[in-house]
Order: sequence, then structure tokens, then C-alpha cells
Amino acid sequence: MNSTTVKTAAGYIAGLLFGLGLAISGMTDPARVLGFLDVAGAWDPTLMFVLGSAVGTTFVGYRLVFARGEPLFSGNFQLPTKQSLDGKLLGGAALFGIGWGLSGYCPGPAIASIGGLSLPLIALLVAMVAGWFIARKISS
Amino acid sequence: MDWIASLQGLIGGVLIGLSAVWLMGALGRIAGISGIIGNLITLRPKGDSAWRLAFLVGLVSGPLVIMAMGGGLGNVVDAPGAVIGAPAGGVPLMLIAGLLVGLGTGLGSGCTSGHGVCGLARLSTRSMAATGVFLITAIVTVYVTRHMIGGGV
Repeated sequence: MNSTTVKTAAGYIAGLLFGLGLAISGMTDPARVLGFLDVAGAWDPTLMFVLGSAVGTTFVGYRLVFARGEPLFSGNFQLPTKQSLDGKLLGGAALFGIGWGLSGYCPGPAIASIGGLSLPLIALLVAMVAGWFIARKISS
Repeated sequence: MDWIASLQGLIGGVLIGLSAVWLMGALGRIAGISGIIGNLITLRPKGDSAWRLAFLVGLVSGPLVIMAMGGGLGNVVDAPGAVIGAPAGGVPLMLIAGLLVGLGTGLGSGCTSGHGVCGLARLSTRSMAATGVFLITAIVTVYVTRHMIGGGV
């Protein structure tokens, strides 16, 4: 097997685990997400459990992985190096939060929901991709 | 409280965490959806696209696997056997929301997975700040649409 094949297989496994996690946790249901964000209504704690166990698992797993020194199928760990809190980071996060609160979709669940395709979901995905292109334009 | 829903949340979260750990351990990459797929679509980086496309296919196939197993492992509100919930609004609202999600995660270099899961696990200051900001604006947005405008989305 050449390295592209191995990397591609590794990418598929990561995506599959992620998609299974989103489906089993119910994050592919915007009502679950909006129920969590609706702190003044009938609050749904599910997302808190999802984020909590995901962060906990990653926190422990990353330390084991970093201790190894390098990734299995790639030369080095590619980690963000920027440290400063700038307007682009915080403004972008604020805009994302508004869109998330309006729809109950962040990028992962929106894409993972393609199997249950509907017109509103198509609209969201097309607009999200357009937003990514505009952000790249602004940033460059 | 719905304990089964919460338990499924915990299990799903562990799988998402394992995905992030695997991707870092295997390829040295952050499991941020907006980064992996946004860059795949807008940049199509040479020699660095195949694993991103495979990740995308895997992400979409996860819920399909649960559906093929009969949907009993899904966790849609008030819909046993369902895996994918219905959108919370029509096309116009989703166009606005999608644009904000794309623009915001593009400018802010990450979303719930990249900042919220991987960034917090790395104790990154930028990710902690971004996660705090998008959680607050999302909660305020839901408050305004559901409790101030009324009827909601």
C-alpha cells in the first residue's frame, strides 16, 4: 500500500467514527442542539454530555499520542501556532454562534445529515460553502 | 431528565473524541470539520485532499450505518428509530444561518469540533475564547428567537 492509500483509509476511519458519534449522540437532530442552547426553555443537557466526553477523551488521547513524538502515517503534528486573540477570531466566532443558534447546525452535523437530505438542509449547506469562500476572500 | 439520551450523548462524545485522537495519532491533524472540509472545497490542496475527501465520505456514512442498523441507536428528540432530525426552519432562514456558519467558522478558523473539542483538549487560549463567544452568541440568538420574538423558529 502506498502512503496516499493509507492516509485516505485513516481519513475515512476518522470521519466514520465522527459520523457515528454525531448520530448516536443525537447531534444530527437540530432540536437536540437548540434544546441545549435554549437555557430559558425546556433545557436539554445532551450536548453538554457530548462535548464533555469528547473533550475528556481527546484530552487524554492527545497526551498519549503526543508522547509518541510523531504521527503514524505522517511526518509531524500540524498544530496551530497563533496565540493572539484577534478580531477575526472573536468576530468570526460570534457570527458562527448566531448562525448556529438560528439553525441548530454547526458544520459537522450539517454535513453528517446529508443522508436525510431536505430542501432547507441543501440551502444551509450551499450557503455555508459560500460563506467559506467569502471568508477566504476576506482573509487573503 | 432523559437519562438514555444523556447516556447516548456520553457514548457519542467518546466516539467523537476517539476520532479526534485517531486523526492526530495517524495523520497529525486537528479534527476540525470546518478546517478539513472548508479547505478541501475552497483550496483543494494538492497532495492533501484525498484524506479530507475520505473523511467527508466517512462523516456522511456514519449516520447511514446507524440507519442501516434500523435506527435504534439514533437519538432524535421524541422520534425513536430516527437518526437524522428535521431542519428547524425553512429555506430562507437556513440560507441566512448557513452563510453565518460558513463565514464565521472561516474567519474564526474553526467550529464546535476544531475549537470546541480539539482546541479545548489542547487547552488553547484562542479556542477557549472562540468557544465561549460562539456559545454565548448562540444562546442569546435562541433566547431572542424563542422568547423575545415569540413563536420562534
